[in-house]
Amino acid sequence: MKKFWKNAPLRLKLGLIITIFFLILGFVVYFIPHADPFPNNIRFKNLPPSSEHFFGTTSQGQDIFWLLIEAIHNSLTIGFIVALIGTVVGVMVGLISGFVGGALDRILMLITDTFVVIPSLPVLIMMTSLMKGSSTVLLLALVLAVFAWAWPSRQIRSMALTMKERDFIHTAWFSGEGTIQTVVTEILPFALTWSLSNFMNATLNAIASESGLAVLGLSPGNLVSLGNMIQWARNYNAIMMGRWNWILPPILATIILFVGLFMLITGYNDYMSMKRGR
Amino acid sequence: MKFWKYLSLRLVTWALTILIGVTFVFFIPRMFPSDPVEAMIGQMQARSGQMDPAAKEALRTSLRVQFGLEGSLISQYLTFLWKGLLHFDFGPSLMSYPTPCTEIIARNLPYTVGLSMITTIFAWLIGNFIGLLAGFRKNKTSSKILEAIAIFIYPIPYFILALVLQIIFAYILGWFPLQATIQYNNGTMAFVTSLLRSSVLPALSILLLGTGWWIISMKSLSSTTSEEDFVLYARYRGLSEGRIGYQYVFRNSILTQITALAMSLGGVFNGSIMTEIIFGYPGVGTLIQGAILQSDYNMILGCITISIVAIATCTLIADLIYPFIDPRIRYS
Repeated sequence: MKKFWKNAPLRLKLGLIITIFFLILGFVVYFIPHADPFPNNIRFKNLPPSSEHFFGTTSQGQDIFWLLIEAIHNSLTIGFIVALIGTVVGVMVGLISGFVGGALDRILMLITDTFVVIPSLPVLIMMTSLMKGSSTVLLLALVLAVFAWAWPSRQIRSMALTMKERDFIHTAWFSGEGTIQTVVTEILPFALTWSLSNFMNATLNAIASESGLAVLGLSPGNLVSLGNMIQWARNYNAIMMGRWNWILPPILATIILFVGLFMLITGYNDYMSMKRGR
Repeated sequence: MKFWKYLSLRLVTWALTILIGVTFVFFIPRMFPSDPVEAMIGQMQARSGQMDPAAKEALRTSLRVQFGLEGSLISQYLTFLWKGLLHFDFGPSLMSYPTPCTEIIARNLPYTVGLSMITTIFAWLIGNFIGLLAGFRKNKTSSKILEAIAIFIYPIPYFILALVLQIIFAYILGWFPLQATIQYNNGTMAFVTSLLRSSVLPALSILLLGTGWWIISMKSLSSTTSEEDFVLYARYRGLSEGRIGYQYVFRNSILTQITALAMSLGGVFNGSIMTEIIFGYPGVGTLIQGAILQSDYNMILGCITISIVAIATCTLIADLIYPFIDPRIRYS
């Protein structure tokens, strides 16, 4: 641990600190008992920040601080679900395609390429607008996952293709290991390091897509997410009224979270390639 | 001869990509339980009271025809491929009935294409230039600062950056309009000025994010290239730094960036949609937003089909240009 801290690039350290900070907000602070911040009209409206309401209240009488904590919790949860589905499916498709080869490889790659090329946002818009009103968090996560698997499967496939020709894989094969065993014991460890960085990237993309849909009013209306919080503030003219304690917390939280995650990803990639001695 | 094989293979992939994408887009709405025709009739009845059953039936049939929902799924699909994909005819728009969707899309598309094309080209040029300098001279403080700025800007989602620019430059400073107000296109100076004034902030937000990405990727590419043996050899030969930078590092790193440009177009289009919506810029993004609000499915389907065709075609063009730039390519 100490050695890691000495060797890790500054980016990785900063990213790690920011990400852990948000994880604590979303999954530890979130569980501290507090009044449900969402219901309207049970608090005074338009309160400035105080010791009772750290960031004040909205024009609907909602507690902004706890709303933000809940938004961070929900956005991260959606991001993790989507990233998990996308990474698992992507790694599987990529490995199959790379190792089996032939016609199956060509068909899988054609479908994958289509999903890489199709502009995802319009299709997501169409799918969510069809389930307007009836969508739930899980359904939204599934829809977002439709576009999360294609890129990783492409990357994993090219990784599998180069792997296939490496000496230690040949050794494994010549010593009588089956295809599945080779994939699990020899290839997966390599794929895992890469998958971790892809997982974080997919989390970031999923949160961005969800907030994009929220701005269009297509995220579930009762879901407290970072995107929806910004959208509500815009809807109730928080900018025009100069209610900075309302509009700025979700914007700043999103920016810091994204920059933190991005530094974590690039820093982690740098650190891994440094460790491999390249 | 090899080139023709490469070209025909690439064309087949292009056609299949579009076909798969469009098929996906066609079948999804039909898998959902919601029926746009029943929803519309319900809305009409809510507005103007119950209808005569016979009139309702006639309305239902005519609406089903206009939505392309008449006949079996296969015949609907073939009609859609024939009319929609080959003739770009998506039926009448329901928001502004009976104007055809295509006419409205054609009116909005130039704004989106203009905005995203110009900003992407500039972002690519500026980003790669700065990225090259930062990667080639990576131990300079200025390089580190430039990269740090890029890392801070790039991960921010498009609409958040757009919102921040809107708050700072339009609301607090008041230099630009909060919402795009573009005058009717009659070719006068008033139109051009209003277009430029309204385009500055949307263009700036797409430009900043794009530049950030090109700086980051070019920096890492050129810093690996400048550690290659042939660059070291060029140094020992005593070539000037400028010549090494241009002939050895730049020319080897830029190739990857050309492919990357083709791959990035889908993302730029997504970003352009979000940015347009924040600023009310009259492009395809704002059109899609309006179509969603009014459940105009013909329009949504039309916008998506056209954007899939456009982006697949841009990717194809970039792929076809590539062999002309890189002499080493083997058309594989």
